[in-house]
Amino acid sequence: MFDAIFAVLQRPNFLTFVIIFLWGFYIMVTRYNLVKKLIGMYLVQTSVIFFLVSISAKEGATVPILLSITEPVQAANYANPLPHVLTLTAIVVGVATLGVGLALCGAIYRKYGSLDEQKILEKLE
Amino acid sequence: MSLARAGAIMVKDLMSAVLLLGSYSFFLSLVWASQGAVDVAFVEAVVGAGLATVLFLLTLFGTAPKDTRLQRPPPSLITLIIFPLLGVLLLYAAKDLPGFGDPNSPASLHISPTYLEQSYQDTLTPNVVTSVLMDYRSLDTMIETVVIFTAGIACALLLRRQA
Repeated sequence: MFDAIFAVLQRPNFLTFVIIFLWGFYIMVTRYNLVKKLIGMYLVQTSVIFFLVSISAKEGATVPILLSITEPVQAANYANPLPHVLTLTAIVVGVATLGVGLALCGAIYRKYGSLDEQKILEKLE
Repeated sequence: MSLARAGAIMVKDLMSAVLLLGSYSFFLSLVWASQGAVDVAFVEAVVGAGLATVLFLLTLFGTAPKDTRLQRPPPSLITLIIFPLLGVLLLYAAKDLPGFGDPNSPASLHISPTYLEQSYQDTLTPNVVTSVLMDYRSLDTMIETVVIFTAGIACALLLRRQA
């Protein structure tokens, strides 16, 4: 038990990830307003991206831009670049899907006159 | 950052929630810059804090100025049970993960030193992130633009006036 708590406290990045992830997921599940649900989705996206980036951090390492191009590179001096590339793609694609979701919200509002889930369900019946 | 995030969720007015979300995004980019991920920080500041906020605001202006006061439903019993359970399960997995800032974590050992050491000889670019994104993984990046193009087409089709 104390083992597990100690392991969590040693990994503050994972704790932050879990908090943001669950918070965003909770918003998506419980709130009725569709834009609020999209805010929750955005929080979930950023939490996963935060976790990937924090994996790439190394103790005492600098940004992955080579300081000298003539000397051989010590890999331990630079942060891991591969998760950065992955998250660059993820951020852009995430915002693209967010745009599609917001366009859907706009279309729903024009048809039903509300963004509230319950009012839309009433009108559907 | 957590204040901005909490505000984005707590606040009842949709407009201020969106603006607080933008500031949360901007603080997040600062966190990434401090973790050594400058490229990610730039993209988050431009695309996350800028473009996403603009999209949210456009939707809000286009839709519901009257509808923005929200009522908050009480959470049901199932969510109150399931969410703490999910959190405990996720945190239970922490024991198997590498520590924060560990240079010998599995993600930093297998192929990533090779990229760091070889990329200047291969691509003549000192920025390793750029060389991976635009050279080694350039096909991925190209297809990513196809994804964004598809999203743009979907938005245009959804927002047609006479649809």
